[in-house]
Amino acid sequence: MSSTSLTTGRTWRPHLPRRHVPVLATLVLLLVTYGIGVSQYRAFSNIQVVFNVFIDNGFLLVVAVGMTFVILTGGIDLSVGSVVAMTAMVSAALLQDGLPPALVLVIALLIGPALGFLMGCAIHVFDIQPFIVTLAGMFFARGICTFISDASIPITDGFWTTMSQARIGNPAGNFVSISVLVAFAVVLVAAYVLAYTRFGRNVYAIGGNAQSALLMGLPVGRTRIAVYTVSGLCSAVGGILLSFYTLSGAPLIAVGMELDVIAAVVIGGAVLTGGSGYVFGTVLGVLVLGVIQTLITFDGSLNSWWTKIVIGGLLFAFILLQRLIGIRFT
Amino acid sequence: MTGSHPVLTMTGITKTFPGVRALHNVDFRLFPGEVHALMGENGAGKSTLIKVLTGVYDTDEGIITLAGEQVFLTGPMQAAAAGVSTVYQEVNLCTNLSVAENIFIGREPRRLGLIRWGEMRRRARDLLARLGLDIDVTAQLGTYSLAVQQMVAIARAIDVRARVLILDEPTSSLDAGEVAQLFRIMRQLRDERVAILFVTHFLDQVYGIADRITVLRNGSLVGEYRTAELPQLTLVEKMIGKELDVLERLDEQQKRNIAAPSDSTPLVEAAELGRKGGVTPFSLRIHAGEVVGLAGLLGSGRTEVARLLFGADRADHGQVRVDGGKASLRTPIQAIDRGIGFSPENRRAEGIVPELSVRENMILAMQAARGWLRPIPRRRQDELVEKYVKALRIRPANPDLPVRHLSGGNQQKVLLARWLITEPRLLILDEPTRGIDIGAKAEIQKLVVELSDGGMAVLFISAELEEVLRLSHRVAVMRDRTMVAQLDNDTTLDADRVMQTIASGTHREEVNRSTPSPSASAR
Amino acid sequence: MIAVNTVYRPGFLSIEVNDGHLYGTPIDILRLSAPLILVALGMTLVIATGGIDLSVGSLCAISGAIACLHISTATDRNSPSTVLTALALAFGAALVLGAWNGLLVAVIGIQPIIATLILMVAGRGLAQLITEGQIITINSAPYRAIGLGHFLTLPLAIFIALAAALLVAAFTRRTALGLIVESVGGNAEASRLAGIRSGRVVFLVYVLSAACAAVAGFMITANVSSADGNAAGLWIELDAILAVVIGGTSLAGGRFSLGGTVLGALIIQTLTTTVYAMNISPQTSLLFKAVVVIAVCLIQSPAFRAKFRRRRSDRTPGPAAPQRKKEQVPA
Repeated sequence: MSSTSLTTGRTWRPHLPRRHVPVLATLVLLLVTYGIGVSQYRAFSNIQVVFNVFIDNGFLLVVAVGMTFVILTGGIDLSVGSVVAMTAMVSAALLQDGLPPALVLVIALLIGPALGFLMGCAIHVFDIQPFIVTLAGMFFARGICTFISDASIPITDGFWTTMSQARIGNPAGNFVSISVLVAFAVVLVAAYVLAYTRFGRNVYAIGGNAQSALLMGLPVGRTRIAVYTVSGLCSAVGGILLSFYTLSGAPLIAVGMELDVIAAVVIGGAVLTGGSGYVFGTVLGVLVLGVIQTLITFDGSLNSWWTKIVIGGLLFAFILLQRLIGIRFT
Repeated sequence: MTGSHPVLTMTGITKTFPGVRALHNVDFRLFPGEVHALMGENGAGKSTLIKVLTGVYDTDEGIITLAGEQVFLTGPMQAAAAGVSTVYQEVNLCTNLSVAENIFIGREPRRLGLIRWGEMRRRARDLLARLGLDIDVTAQLGTYSLAVQQMVAIARAIDVRARVLILDEPTSSLDAGEVAQLFRIMRQLRDERVAILFVTHFLDQVYGIADRITVLRNGSLVGEYRTAELPQLTLVEKMIGKELDVLERLDEQQKRNIAAPSDSTPLVEAAELGRKGGVTPFSLRIHAGEVVGLAGLLGSGRTEVARLLFGADRADHGQVRVDGGKASLRTPIQAIDRGIGFSPENRRAEGIVPELSVRENMILAMQAARGWLRPIPRRRQDELVEKYVKALRIRPANPDLPVRHLSGGNQQKVLLARWLITEPRLLILDEPTRGIDIGAKAEIQKLVVELSDGGMAVLFISAELEEVLRLSHRVAVMRDRTMVAQLDNDTTLDADRVMQTIASGTHREEVNRSTPSPSASAR
Repeated sequence: MIAVNTVYRPGFLSIEVNDGHLYGTPIDILRLSAPLILVALGMTLVIATGGIDLSVGSLCAISGAIACLHISTATDRNSPSTVLTALALAFGAALVLGAWNGLLVAVIGIQPIIATLILMVAGRGLAQLITEGQIITINSAPYRAIGLGHFLTLPLAIFIALAAALLVAAFTRRTALGLIVESVGGNAEASRLAGIRSGRVVFLVYVLSAACAAVAGFMITANVSSADGNAAGLWIELDAILAVVIGGTSLAGGRFSLGGTVLGALIIQTLTTTVYAMNISPQTSLLFKAVVVIAVCLIQSPAFRAKFRRRRSDRTPGPAAPQRKKEQVPA
């Protein structure tokens, strides 16, 4: 009986849960931009345009998935762009030295997570701001790139070229690359981990309230370190995919990529203070960026810098949206 | 009621922090099927004891046994596994997660490492139904009221088959109906032979539900009593302690009953001022040259009264008049403009800026009032600072030392100086003498007398009744977030009577609603 | 830090050739570090309030682009009035953008790192929009002088940086701004209860940071007599943050040291120049920067100090993480 008085504490609201609003806004945005494209350019309606968006942004998607983990805990990882470049660079250099591709793959996929692990330790154990630690990581990884070589190293390895050129398509001639499949796999695994494992739920809990998570007995330190390791791993996978894509390792590739990645995650509806967001949203965020880029390429009169301006504007809009939802929260 | 063997014993618990002995040789026991209240003033060691019990702190000395076996608790998770669950005052859950998750996170039902959401929801619904709560367990916790969140926290705590349930001030944000609901659940759990450790500042609640009471004071055990055998007045005495410092005894005990002219226009007058979740509406007049003491236990709403008068919190009820005219005190800046100063209770978090020097801390309020474009000339700063360092005997007398290097008493003096420099007409001092040494204490008391003799009004908040009585012309008594009485400090008023008022109180609805009748004594 | 510096210095001994002007590596370092000093000065104040300004690099590019665009379209590119108008225009634009940052942080209450991220991303685009993706090359002696001119035998840029440092110092220490900034950064709640209107101060600090970035943008573009919306001031925000941290201002806010920041900026520039002089790729200096960042942060971290003290009293000194990091450097 008296329980009724307690349940009235819940305020009236439509059925749409608030945390889904940003993701849905992103979905609407994606459809609108795509719609604009289709209405303006005949070629846009070709399904291959969509596939190309995936092909061009597969590595970005993988990295953004890693970043989603970090941002969900309320952290940030500025090192991703550099780690992507470092992974590509290390692979290229090792392949040039004649190491077998399998071994190269293993080594390249270990470096990123190792750096992520170290950064996570510095953040957790020494209580230094993620921003600064990952900034150091960014410098470090970029430094390693140029330490290896000042110039771009081409990749001629058979495995790499196969992966680069392989096309998985339908009879109509539409296709995607291996990278897209890898990216999809990463997305699925990540979504599953976040939704169905304790680690995933701990990530959300820490982002919601780290202090509470600690008092609820959750392994806060371990989770935090793991999140940066995951981000490092995703960056490493992204780096491999990028090296498939470009068939080279270049010291200055993916400079500033962390900004695109962060923007994609935020546009995908994740809250930068942590605790709210979905991998699916991040996928949408990456697609929005990709479609806008395609749109601007299609339109001869608009120049590439409009991408940045539009991304900035979208960032602002989504942060404001989150802020408005947040205000209604309290 | 109490079983034959205690489910939990703590023996000789000692815990020292750098410079502070938080617990000294404390014993505590808890029987299955009882509600046991842990009582004590702020700093008495209650929260330290609880943190020891939940494994947040380790002990320097002492033994803890659970069901007769010695245990070493190393963290909340481990304590929970051993059967000790805790619900904290601030609901320590994640509001971004669903209700069901908040109950089960960290021990979700799984199959092959994957969480079984359906199973989890079903169990959450069952558990909440047991507590009489019918809510959507898939909704985000943050969409529910604090009371519901508190219930969810309890549900989380009892799901682990807790043998010991610690409720650390769970009622501070609940209204009467919600408290009744909580008590119903507590009784139900008690009947299921759960041992409940209950911490609260509300005396009514202690007498409403607790079977036994343990009192701590200054980190030491005062005693363990059956509630039925401990009159409220005795309990309050035991919590506050009655011993007077030698130095204070030397001080003249003269009464300050030269009441300020109450017919003149009050300097500040609060009319039915209140804030939901803070303090029930109260009315209070403060005249120039008058010291009004605010007595009451911790959490009784003393600080909330002060913060409303200073605009640190926004009132949602009633109004304030300054010099007889209606005044808006919605921000500290507005209050300062009206000549009000406020030295907060929590010196470190709300008072000093630790890194800044003594000088900078002192001139901060005056500088804020002038705006940054009109800096106080260095010479004037030096004059002011020198004057107050000398007048308040701040040690070390080095104005360029970062204030964090000073002792608590000297930091307090710096804060006093910060406001005295602005020459306020009403100075609100929230626990200005807590945690500082006796010498500094006496000096601050003397200063308050001097200031009021000089025409300044002072609202003096302290947990020490002797201090309040010695300094105040009038004493307003707080209890359970309500101003229950305002007593003239005449010859008939002594610590016992104030204590009696705190202990018995009168029901909030009756006294509080009445206009400030200065001599409305308690029953 | 100075010790580190002197270890590097012998490699390119302070040569001071006289050619009407003073030349030499130390002079070069001073001249090249001028933009960084400027940006870092503004950043110091922002960080002292407990914030951060990521947009300064983009602001450099925008201000440089506006100035160069105006000059390039003017008929008389060498007239001082053209240059002055250009500077005023660009400066004004930077102030507006700084006010935008301040608005987001102080009024809307968005976390500084996020609020300024918006302009960091969009600002690059704006800069390229202004230059239309081209590199605007200008031929204007007065403008060029900002970057390469000489005055009293020393590069003019040094004097500009010095003047800016003195100006900011006067602005903060001659008024009560410095005190109030430190107070807000040191304890926001205590400041509120002392009657400080922190919103205004925070707003002002972002505007100031933008102003500093604008002047730095002039120098960067004047140095090369061209505006590249893409590259001008790239990553200068990170160097500036680094300079501030090296200079002893805590990222948590509170006490700030302008002198320390200037020194920090000089150290970073010395590092870059040294690496450059040693014929290593300039990007490799990032490795050193990484080590410096970690070292400085560890020293500032109370948690680290506490652990270090405990370990040292136990037995083996040196916590694990920094050692591992350092071992990786030569690899």
